[in-house]
Amino acid sequence: MSAANSAAVKKGDDKVETQSLKELLLGNARSYGIFFALVVVIIVFQILTGGRLLNPNNVVALFQQNAYVLIAAIGMLMVIIATHIDLSVGSVVAFIGGVGALAMKNWGLNWFLAIMLMIVIGLAIGAWHGFWVAYVGVPGFVTTLGGMLIFRGLATVVAGESIPVSDPTFRAISKDYLPNVFGFWGEFSSNAIIVGVVAIVLVIWMQLRKRNNAIKNGLPVQPMSFVVLKLVIAVAAIAYVTYLLACSGNATQGGIPIVMLIIGVLIGVYWFALNRTVYGRNVYAVGGNRKAAILSGIDTKATDFKIFLNMGFLTSIAAVITLSRLASATAQTGMEFEMDAIAACFIGGTAVTGGIGTIPGAMVGALIMGVLNQGLSIMGVDAAWVKTIKGLVVIAAVAYDLVSKRKKG
Amino acid sequence: MATNNDVILQMNHIVKRFGPVTALKDVNITVRRGQIFSICGENGAGKSTLMNVLSGVYPYGTYEGDIVYDGETCKFRTIRDSESKGIVIIHQELALVPYMSIQENIFLGNQIRKGIAIDTDAQRKEALRVMNLVGLNENPDTLIANIGVGKQQLVEIAKALTKDVKLLILDEPTAALNDEDSFKLLDLIDQLRKEHGITAIIISHKLNEIAASADAVQVIRDGQTISHIDIDAEHPLDQDALIRDMVGRPLTNRYPDHQSHIGAEMFRMENWKCHHPLDENRLVSKDVCMNVRKGEIVGVAGLVGAGRTETMMSMFGHQYGTHATGKLYLEGREVNFPSVRSAIDHGVAYATEDRKVYGLNLMDTIRGNTSLASLKALSKFGVIDETQEKKIAEKYRTEFRTKAPTIEMPSGNLSGGNQQKVVLAKWVATNPKVLILDEPTRGIDVGAKYDIYEIIDQLADAGSAVIVVSSELPELLGICDRIYTMCNGTITANVDAKSTDQEELMRYMTAEIPVDPSKVYA
Repeated sequence: MSAANSAAVKKGDDKVETQSLKELLLGNARSYGIFFALVVVIIVFQILTGGRLLNPNNVVALFQQNAYVLIAAIGMLMVIIATHIDLSVGSVVAFIGGVGALAMKNWGLNWFLAIMLMIVIGLAIGAWHGFWVAYVGVPGFVTTLGGMLIFRGLATVVAGESIPVSDPTFRAISKDYLPNVFGFWGEFSSNAIIVGVVAIVLVIWMQLRKRNNAIKNGLPVQPMSFVVLKLVIAVAAIAYVTYLLACSGNATQGGIPIVMLIIGVLIGVYWFALNRTVYGRNVYAVGGNRKAAILSGIDTKATDFKIFLNMGFLTSIAAVITLSRLASATAQTGMEFEMDAIAACFIGGTAVTGGIGTIPGAMVGALIMGVLNQGLSIMGVDAAWVKTIKGLVVIAAVAYDLVSKRKKG
Repeated sequence: MATNNDVILQMNHIVKRFGPVTALKDVNITVRRGQIFSICGENGAGKSTLMNVLSGVYPYGTYEGDIVYDGETCKFRTIRDSESKGIVIIHQELALVPYMSIQENIFLGNQIRKGIAIDTDAQRKEALRVMNLVGLNENPDTLIANIGVGKQQLVEIAKALTKDVKLLILDEPTAALNDEDSFKLLDLIDQLRKEHGITAIIISHKLNEIAASADAVQVIRDGQTISHIDIDAEHPLDQDALIRDMVGRPLTNRYPDHQSHIGAEMFRMENWKCHHPLDENRLVSKDVCMNVRKGEIVGVAGLVGAGRTETMMSMFGHQYGTHATGKLYLEGREVNFPSVRSAIDHGVAYATEDRKVYGLNLMDTIRGNTSLASLKALSKFGVIDETQEKKIAEKYRTEFRTKAPTIEMPSGNLSGGNQQKVVLAKWVATNPKVLILDEPTRGIDVGAKYDIYEIIDQLADAGSAVIVVSSELPELLGICDRIYTMCNGTITANVDAKSTDQEELMRYMTAEIPVDPSKVYA
């Protein structure tokens, strides 16, 4: 025993434990693979479209058109991690949009109150689903299958014929940019430059702080060379996106579109919630092993309920943006939104069996789908074929994930 | 049997690599026909890998060396190839479908057909024949889910018998069985050998079983064959020598020396009753009374079905059964645990049995599992202090000698003993006053067991009251101060561990005579 003992003590004495670069790259190949895939898809379509894909205004359009997927995928990610599924997103978007449009047109609510109303309805629907799943035990698949029918039906009742939305402020959400308080700097929008620079500084500062904290507490850290490599790539990516955004827009406005701010804030808040809070840990624990979670004192019912509550909230935000973009509510709005969100999660490496998944992964998954969509439509490919290709990509992504896991095991 | 020179199986210079890792370095084994041949070694020594090489799970060409079976060199490409030669492997995790009947499971993948349809009558008839051979008295149409693990094991053997088995390989067949069922199973294998000439290879951790049943033992350590020991009446197994070969270092004592410092009463259970979850008329705990003092290690012994785990689970936030009643006292004050959370908050921790099902999130890291039950203390306004979390996980990784390069390793990649250490770390991190350990060393190797006994001793020394539920009597005798025995939901004895032995414990475990009420508490 004493031999084993002294070996353990010796290891603890080392000043700074660093993992080797090779170990890190191999260990994280799966999580970085998805980013690599996105870059490949972008480069391929950049070439195929003769450089039109990364035209600044096309990039802005990419975010504006795919905002609903990005936002719904955040909620769907948590739902899938916890081994549930939500099939009702599209129907709920249509229903909430219908009520929002009705509120502005017929009840005379202003844009702000209409949005609040839409969010409240979203939370109520989330609570409805959460109640059945968490406290009655109806599987999420069945609950939200019911929800899909219920809210599509109610959407048809509310917005049988389409309801137009004309409020200019409400419309601006999906098509306008953040104001350029400092004007334009030559060709460039000041808001994009400022946010870009702040983002770069923040990323560097956070990485270094994390590393220093770990060293201070004697925990193993990644080698400096790896951290620098990561930072260089991150900074280059942010700088390039900043450049594209700064060039976007028209004579009167440009830079960062409003939807991007909304998406950014949601990603930030939910990333923090999933990674740094007890709630997030509970979501992963419930999905990874529900029995062990219960026996560790986690209120799994409350966790499930909150997951669907969040899903309802995020669906309502997706509904606001969709209504703003389409400028009218119809019964057919939001068809297959849930499928896009589910596909984004799976492409982004979320485990079909639950327990595993990340927000960056799901976001990149959504962007890969968005780029495919946009690239193919710039090339003039028929929408039917776009759908077919997207379907194949989803299967290929999950297959790759499973095969690569099998090799490792 | 040992003088029999008819060799059925020879594996020569087997080398198996997984990428850069060499799992088997140079393994040589010789098995004689009609032997019960035991393979033992620490977890991760390469026993299961070797059996997978033999049965064709790893096809010919993915390993080096040759397998000579029944006089011919074999090149198995699939399990079917080896099965057609009469080699059948029964894995530790049984390959049975719970919601299919015994009969359907026996013929799964091997159905008897009449045209394109399954001939159920013929299957039932044949099933009854093999079930009779293994002594399984059940209706062949009973669902697997409705019979116990011991009987499920018999179904697996019956299944093997339908395949005309000559060489039966059993991987940890008794790990999930109580002593009684274990010996029944070993008797059965002995009988199959005598009556049907079957040769058996048994991978086992239980040394007393090896001593009682095997004709030869092969020790494997770190992917190499270390020693081959023949056992017969004149040469009984020297267990200490065997252990030395397994771990490669002398273990003078399988249990650490420990001087208990027992203080005042910490926890007391009075007249605890709980009913079966499906059958409300059936009492699973019948007026269970027990107590445990500060610094004391108390064992709970009983056969499977005695209600040990059920009693503990029903107390721990009502996680088992219905209508649980009775009184609980913690440090003299009456307490109530309506939920797991409330039990943990009061300082009661319960490391459950079956770590993969109830203990760990195998997808999560060592860090995430270690902190899971103490996130409340590690967070402020719901935000986790990650630095603190990492510190604690790292602390227990080094203190418990968990073999893993970092705390960021998924717990699913660890061996059984190391997984168990993570489960212990999770509960020790909650700073429990009362720590209940349910089968803390099941299915883990001797070295890791010793580590865990040391951890238990340290916790008791630090002032925790420890309750150990275990099916291994030598373990309870080796580490406990006091032992309660249970039989059919009743506490039947409260004995001093230093002045009792296995025979006495077994007598109390098999007779449902309640303990004298004046002697139930220490």
